[in-house]
Amino acid sequence: MELVVAIGIGVLTGSGVWLLLRPRTFQVIMGLSLLSYAVNLFIFSTGGLRTGAAPVLEPGGVGDLTTHADPLPQALVLTAIVISFATTALFLVVLLAARGLTGTDHVDGREQDR
Amino acid sequence: MSDSLLLLSLVALPFLGALAASLLATHARNAAAYLAGGVALAGLALVWTAYPTISQGGVLRAEFAWVPQLGLNFVLRMDGLAWLFAGMVTGIGALVVVYARYYMSTEDPVPRFFAFLLAFMGAMCGLVLSGNLIQLAFFWEMTSLFSFLLIGYWHHTQAARDGARIALTVTATGGLCLFAGLLLIGHIVGSHDLDVVLASGDAIRNHPLYLPALVLVLLGALTKSAQFPFHFWLPHAMAAPTPVSAYLHSATLVKVGLFLMVRLWPVMAGTDAWFWIVGTAGLITLLVGAYVAIFQHDLKGLLAYSTISHLGLITLLLGLNSHLALVAAIFHILNHATFKASLFMAAGIIDHESGTRDIRRLSGLNRTMPFTGRLALVAAAAMAGVPLLNGFISKEMFFEEALSADGLLVLPLVAMLASAFSVTYSLRFIHGTFFGPDPQDLPRQPHEPPAWMRFPVEILVLGCIFVGVLPAATVGPFLDLAARSVLGEATPYYSLAVWHGVNLPLVMSMIALGGGVVLYMALQKHLRSGIEGPPLIRRLEGRRIFERALVFLSWRLARRLEGVLGTRRLQQQLRMVLLLALAAGGFAAWHRGVGPGNLVPQGVDPVIALVWVVGAACALGAAWQAKFHRFAAIMLLGGAGLVVCITFVWFSAPDLALTQLLVEVVTTVLLVLGLRWLPKRMDKPGATGVEVVTISRRLRDLAIAIAAGLGMAALAFAVMTRTPPDLLAQHFLARAYTEGGGTNVVNVILVDFRAFDTLGEIFVLGAVALTVFALLRRFRPAPESVEVPEQQRDQSARDAERPDRRDGDTVADWLLVPSVLTRLLFPVICILAVHLLLRGHDQPGGGFAAGLVASIAIILQYMIGGAAWTEEKLRVLPLRWMGTGLLLAGGVGLASLFFGMPFLTTYFAYADLPWIGRVPTASALLFDIGVFALVVGATVLMLIALAHQSVRGHRAERRAETAPRALVPGED
Repeated sequence: MELVVAIGIGVLTGSGVWLLLRPRTFQVIMGLSLLSYAVNLFIFSTGGLRTGAAPVLEPGGVGDLTTHADPLPQALVLTAIVISFATTALFLVVLLAARGLTGTDHVDGREQDR
Repeated sequence: MSDSLLLLSLVALPFLGALAASLLATHARNAAAYLAGGVALAGLALVWTAYPTISQGGVLRAEFAWVPQLGLNFVLRMDGLAWLFAGMVTGIGALVVVYARYYMSTEDPVPRFFAFLLAFMGAMCGLVLSGNLIQLAFFWEMTSLFSFLLIGYWHHTQAARDGARIALTVTATGGLCLFAGLLLIGHIVGSHDLDVVLASGDAIRNHPLYLPALVLVLLGALTKSAQFPFHFWLPHAMAAPTPVSAYLHSATLVKVGLFLMVRLWPVMAGTDAWFWIVGTAGLITLLVGAYVAIFQHDLKGLLAYSTISHLGLITLLLGLNSHLALVAAIFHILNHATFKASLFMAAGIIDHESGTRDIRRLSGLNRTMPFTGRLALVAAAAMAGVPLLNGFISKEMFFEEALSADGLLVLPLVAMLASAFSVTYSLRFIHGTFFGPDPQDLPRQPHEPPAWMRFPVEILVLGCIFVGVLPAATVGPFLDLAARSVLGEATPYYSLAVWHGVNLPLVMSMIALGGGVVLYMALQKHLRSGIEGPPLIRRLEGRRIFERALVFLSWRLARRLEGVLGTRRLQQQLRMVLLLALAAGGFAAWHRGVGPGNLVPQGVDPVIALVWVVGAACALGAAWQAKFHRFAAIMLLGGAGLVVCITFVWFSAPDLALTQLLVEVVTTVLLVLGLRWLPKRMDKPGATGVEVVTISRRLRDLAIAIAAGLGMAALAFAVMTRTPPDLLAQHFLARAYTEGGGTNVVNVILVDFRAFDTLGEIFVLGAVALTVFALLRRFRPAPESVEVPEQQRDQSARDAERPDRRDGDTVADWLLVPSVLTRLLFPVICILAVHLLLRGHDQPGGGFAAGLVASIAIILQYMIGGAAWTEEKLRVLPLRWMGTGLLLAGGVGLASLFFGMPFLTTYFAYADLPWIGRVPTASALLFDIGVFALVVGATVLMLIALAHQSVRGHRAERRAETAPRALVPGED
């Protein structure tokens, strides 16, 4: 189980990093999105992978880590998901504006001269 | 008056005065002068008030807590030496103010001048009264800064700008060295308090760090006091108005370095290193300065080099490691301040009344300005060391010290030679300006200045005479106080008297006087020829070397380093960052070691394994296709997102899964909207072979990507097979219901325990949305993207062919079923949003999820019905939503303040409502509603702003067809 998710995180990271190093802005945005999946999963996994742990308390009850899922990484990742949406939106618009301004979608704002 | 108040007002008054002066009208010359003069006189009065205590050998001290955690206090401390300097700063300051009032032209913004002057005075007072090393360094840099502003006062001239820049570069760099040196001393002593430092002389001198500390401190002192080889800034600072020169280069700025050396003399001096560094610098400066001064044609230039030479003399005295030499040094500091200030003022008067300072053009002014001529004559004689004037007495002391220094014959000889030079340049100053034939074609007809302009010179010259005739009765007690405050019990016996009988120093004085006169006569022909620069060392120009060094440092070296180490290419920068991260991770793993975890991995569930096979395929596919098949890449990215979402569900995180799913929807819509504005890129297999460079670069990137992936996988596995640290989870789980009133712990954390973080996050979201909106308002698409897309053109063409169809009918027909469905679903989705919002505290949901759902409902209408149709029916005002959300969330936080609770404290209770039952009514719900409103507003704002670009695109094209030159108007 842990191995599967770990490999998943690895593949997401690898794909993200590959795209991050590409010359086209769109590729970089995709890479950042993949990387944020990987990072979110990683943060989430620091609480331990628990199947069947209760995510919600009984009314009036007091929770315990033995029976309940760790809520802290979840709360962290929840905000991270929303923020990564915001950054994706921002990068996309910067990309579009840069492309309109420079006429190219190369990350440096001009085609590479060899 | 208490000590603290006295010392504090002595430092604060000038700054307050500077502030007040800066607020005066630009041409309020008299008001500014009165203000500045009043402040300077008040400062002088304060200094005098301290005299009774000081004269008893007491020390005034005031301490204010500054950074008590570090044991740092703001300490003001006045002993005899500080008292003498403070008196000099305020006293000569007052005279300079009077002089400046008449010197400055009505066209200059005079209040600004006095504001700088007062601020400089304040920095000087703060410096001499500092009882703490760090504070001393602070005021030191402050004097550099304000002297920069003063020297560059006439900033419309190139010379003033250059002079100010050179002075600042040299003295502020020295100041940085000094700061480092003082920190070293503080480290050695273990305290930055000056009293503690002054009591630990042996500890400092015997410490291994003594030499570095000494060199750094001396770099500061020698640059400030214009000692060779840093002397070149001083002549260029002569571009300043003459009152500034009179103040900075006689009594204050350049004396600061000497002050510091005297101050630290008890703890730093007495070693061979001190003798060789300080003594050599002083000796060379003394001789070179005096030599160069002879050949200056500018009156102020002559005075500048003579100042350098006299500063060298004092430095040399300090370097001799003798108590008597120290007394002589302090005495000469005082004497030099008096005669040099008056000489600068005299030079300023000559310049002011005749229009030039060039000795070659000036001549015979004695007939038109007899009184000024007499004053300058006396002051110049003091500078040359003529008997019965103050310069003579300190020079005698200098000769005596030079003779008694251990067996170095060179010292008395150099002293005599430099003294002869000083006679020569003093003669040149007086003879060249005031004697000889009447001057020819001067810019102005020379005449005596206003009486008050001459008044400061008169006072100073009187001082020269009084001290020269009756040294023990006039300056004796003050000098004794200053010397005693430095040397304490070790103060030697010395006699301040004009006549010590016929002894060797007197003989040397006479030889120097005679030699100087002879030299002046011998040089007449050369000086009249008007050649610029001194013979022999004309090429040794400090400024040229300085400029070259600066050009090298700030331009060539910087460019070369940037070429080697830096890059403007994003890919390379990212590559560096990634490699660095990999290296850091690798180093951490290697350094600390990674062993197997303590948990046994759970068995692999085939379902989740299969899901992740799909997920990995999606991720790799997205990476593969992102260049040529963007749409496919977006779909694959969504697939990977869904797999992540399933993983969240699987491992007990329904809230995350919900949010991930919704964000996935919104992100996909967003990216698809952006696709339209990207350039077409067709994959033509085999059209051009990929270059070798590209292949190697790709292989390198692939290696980095694989390394990063493997690293992250290993790291994640290592983390997951260890017991998670029990940080706060237990705390949150135990209190979520009992203290937060909610069973959904994640939501309680977001809206209650860590609500401040969430508040910050929604502000970020709002800021991003506004940025996106602002960027798109002025969006200019690339020309080739302005055209209507091919698909739309086809549809429009079909509609145009048939007379019974209107434009847009085709797409409406095709989307008939989805449009009916989405319209039907709109209220349902809205109810779902409200449901998620209300139950969020107890069940998966909450403001973020609900907000995303609501915005999806709106976006769906836009997608299916088009912007125009939707906005006819449903007017969403995203900015209002955002504003309401932020106000509500912030307001809920502030409301708790009214109940005397900390910001964002929540209140909760369960209310029994008829029909509905027990309903949680926590104030956190209101906060969550604020989050909801902001998320709706921000998401809709971003997506709609992007969607509107297509509408604008059409319009831009239509305008372009009809009126090619018309600009595209901004969209509201």
